[in-house]
Amino acid sequence: MKDEVTREERVDALGGMGCKRKRVEDARFTQGKGNYVDDIKLPGMLFGDFVRSPYAHARIKSIDASAALALDGVIAVLTADDLRPLGLHWMPTLAGDKQMVLADGKVLFQGQEVAYVVAKDRYIAADAVELVEVEYEDLPVLVDPFEAMKSDVVLREDLVGEDGSLPDGAHGPRKHHNHIFTWEAGEKEATKQVIDNADVVATETMYYHRTHPCPLETCGCVASMDKVNGKLTLWGTFQAPHAIRTVVSLISGIEEHNIRVISPDIGGGFGNKVGAYPGYVCSVVASIVTGVPVKWVEDRMENLMTTAFARDYWMTGKISATKDGKITGLDCHVTADHGGFDACADPTKFPAGFMNICTGSYDIPTAYLAVDGVYTNKAPGGVSYRCSFRVTEAVYFIERMIEVLAIELDMDAAELRRINFIRKDQFPYKAALGWEYDSGDYHTAWDKALKAVDYDGLRAEQAQRVEDFKAGKTRKLMGIGLTHFTEIVGAGPVKNCDILGLGMFDSCEIRIHPTGSAIARLGTISQGQGHATTFAQILATEIGLPADSITIEEGDTDTAPYGLGTYGSRSTPVAGAATAMAGRKIRAKAQMIAAYLLEVHDDDVEFDVDRFVVKGAPEKFKTMKEIAFAAYNQAIPGIEPGLEAVSYYDPPNMTYPFGAYVCVMDIDVDTGEVDIRRFYALDDCGTRINPMIIEGQVHGGLTEALAVALGQEIAYDDMGNVKTGTLMDFFLPTAWEVPNYETDHTVTPSPHHPIGAKGVGESPHVGGVPCFSNAVNDAFRAFGLRHTHMPHDHWRIWKTANQLGLHG
Amino acid sequence: MSKKMHIQMTVNGEEQEFLAEPRELLIHTLRERLNITGPHIGCETSHCGACTVTINGKSVKSCTMFVAQANGAEVTTIEGLGNPDSLHVLQEAFKEHHGLQCGFCTPGMITRASKLLEENPTPSEEEVRFGMAGNICRCTGYQNIVKSILAAAEELNSAKEAAQ
Repeated sequence: MKDEVTREERVDALGGMGCKRKRVEDARFTQGKGNYVDDIKLPGMLFGDFVRSPYAHARIKSIDASAALALDGVIAVLTADDLRPLGLHWMPTLAGDKQMVLADGKVLFQGQEVAYVVAKDRYIAADAVELVEVEYEDLPVLVDPFEAMKSDVVLREDLVGEDGSLPDGAHGPRKHHNHIFTWEAGEKEATKQVIDNADVVATETMYYHRTHPCPLETCGCVASMDKVNGKLTLWGTFQAPHAIRTVVSLISGIEEHNIRVISPDIGGGFGNKVGAYPGYVCSVVASIVTGVPVKWVEDRMENLMTTAFARDYWMTGKISATKDGKITGLDCHVTADHGGFDACADPTKFPAGFMNICTGSYDIPTAYLAVDGVYTNKAPGGVSYRCSFRVTEAVYFIERMIEVLAIELDMDAAELRRINFIRKDQFPYKAALGWEYDSGDYHTAWDKALKAVDYDGLRAEQAQRVEDFKAGKTRKLMGIGLTHFTEIVGAGPVKNCDILGLGMFDSCEIRIHPTGSAIARLGTISQGQGHATTFAQILATEIGLPADSITIEEGDTDTAPYGLGTYGSRSTPVAGAATAMAGRKIRAKAQMIAAYLLEVHDDDVEFDVDRFVVKGAPEKFKTMKEIAFAAYNQAIPGIEPGLEAVSYYDPPNMTYPFGAYVCVMDIDVDTGEVDIRRFYALDDCGTRINPMIIEGQVHGGLTEALAVALGQEIAYDDMGNVKTGTLMDFFLPTAWEVPNYETDHTVTPSPHHPIGAKGVGESPHVGGVPCFSNAVNDAFRAFGLRHTHMPHDHWRIWKTANQLGLHG
Repeated sequence: MSKKMHIQMTVNGEEQEFLAEPRELLIHTLRERLNITGPHIGCETSHCGACTVTINGKSVKSCTMFVAQANGAEVTTIEGLGNPDSLHVLQEAFKEHHGLQCGFCTPGMITRASKLLEENPTPSEEEVRFGMAGNICRCTGYQNIVKSILAAAEELNSAKEAAQ
């Protein structure tokens, strides 16, 4: 039989890896038919709402819910006293600490959950919240981690022995009653020696301010206890539905098989929806108590004030180099403000996440890192806002230190980077702080980026601008921001990565239907990344069935295989690998079926796009569609019927995406306003599955980076009041403030990933923040500025200009 | 509780009549009373635009409008813009140009864009960016949203030209 379709046409027909496949999710979203948690409506459903503390630190003297309970439509008001008999007034955090579900005698941050009202609708619930009388006795407030480490005020009495002793925390000995842990990596003494004896040392302290992921959809859930069958169904905005199921089982005592957790469509996550929050626990309890479904959805102020802050790292660095700029050592100390409870979402063995990637893209022979976690009267959280665990902090730190060193050396910062990059021939590269970088080609990416923007031309223009400014011809300075970042994503190998003891593998299960279409289920959950589109592309290439014939399903723990969810850019590195591996199992069985159908030995057929062909006789073949039917229709000796596979993938290493970014901005010295003239982003995420989606991820990540660098923060006053609790004060850029970005790429596949992919969703945020910040700092370099803290809003930039004497 | 009001309104071409507390927010009327869940709640303070609908020909953030204020009004939501058999040009354009990711802002975004293109059928990129500044997206960085709207404008204009 003559095959009239060319091989190339057969490849195109699959819609597999590398093509700009349009998203299958978009039909429902563009028509308003997404199904988000607040869209769920069940018969008899009640609404939960919280009474929250107006104080940042206070003792609770009394709670009087009588007026609230007297209101028509109020079903219950839960307090810690109601949860105590169930052992649910506190819950474990992901970081090995515990957190109050409802205030147990005191509150530790403004907005803390004090009582949970259950009512017939959300209006009655809100009315009832106002009627709950809570008497507080205010206590001294600690909002500064350095003060907290010196203060006599004890924030967590539960962590101090009766004799005043300090029992060890989850991560070892504690130095002070407000101290949580010290975490170290690298060689302390050796690093000190190198720095003490170096030609040149640059020192800087930088504050990476507290901010918040702030997805457009807030956190929420619907808990529904079916008392007849003893089954609990919990819908919610969960980035890790299986982990939530296990946690709910452990703390509620309901057996895991009787709990079904469903993440429906999620309106953005960015790390906000990884953890377990008091709202979930209270809703589950309320549903168990009432026997009807209970919905809880936080409002924006509750979201910003209570669930999942990010960053809040004070970082002091010392970097040493030879006179000609070769870096010899790096020392980093972090004081990490974790708020009232340590609820950071990090793998168990990494209380400061992967901060030890802070040697960045550079070949730094000796380094030392120490992180001290501290309690304060701020909200708990410490999530990875669009980054792998604490990687934004690490990359910001090293990329600022490089700039400061360049000033110290009076060198061009691009050249300083170039002479210190890890060379291509050094990979796999063992970094001084422990990680083994899998692959990279930094020089190629860097040179491509600098050429694309005409770097030398930009520097010449900048020099002229400084002259013009000094001559009074302009009031605008020009900043050139550079960043070369190396990320560490795809957590991770079970040998060193777990959350609550759950290994951080991920999974995929595939069922091929008789007519040659398929469904694949994964342990991850999309929050906008387009998994239903891209994972089908991976499979199309692996198993030779069209992507359009493959349904991807995630987020239902009753049907999906166990997995640790979507955050830390782990979906493609881990679940994407599981998808490819499960696809290969399908293919292996298909090969045997094909050989049987073609009446040859298994080894005599080979896979070709969408079929198995007899080696050397391509006219003899069986398509995957034919093979799928045969799997259900023929009794093949020695082969079970059906065509299904499951893979649990334990990655051998992390992946290490990298990129080279350049930002060019003009800064109005008199108003502090910033005009981003150009932003060039080169990303190397290894093998590219869908270039359209990659580009979209880069645009989005850069915009969140712009927000963080130029204005977005969770700020507190001295009393612990949150000053940025609404979108009036918390900066989310609009289309008006955001530039068009230029995207570019190189491709350095991961050597250990089945398809060579590395993950990309977070790279632009990780690389973008230091790039914007470096541009602002760079604009003032000619006037003596070494470093100024983010966020660089108009007021702070104006202040910088003023302090440098630029206002005459 | 306060006395209920008799409310009448047209939503996506259908007459609706019901009793509601005057303080009920229009977004809740749509989402909970009428099961029109396309418009979303992102902030409840008029900042994010996820709840954007068209009321009597104007873009309105329905999270900060009382249902009493919408009495007698004509309301259009994303559900009224197109249907599965015949999508609105903007719905097609957003799909084509990757103008959405998580989809939460999308109904408000497209509803606002449809009004913008009525107000100004040939907007420049700058005018699109300014005209859409009341709608926040956390995922896309706006570049592809702007691209989608400009492409839809072009499409609508060439269709108009062809008809003339």
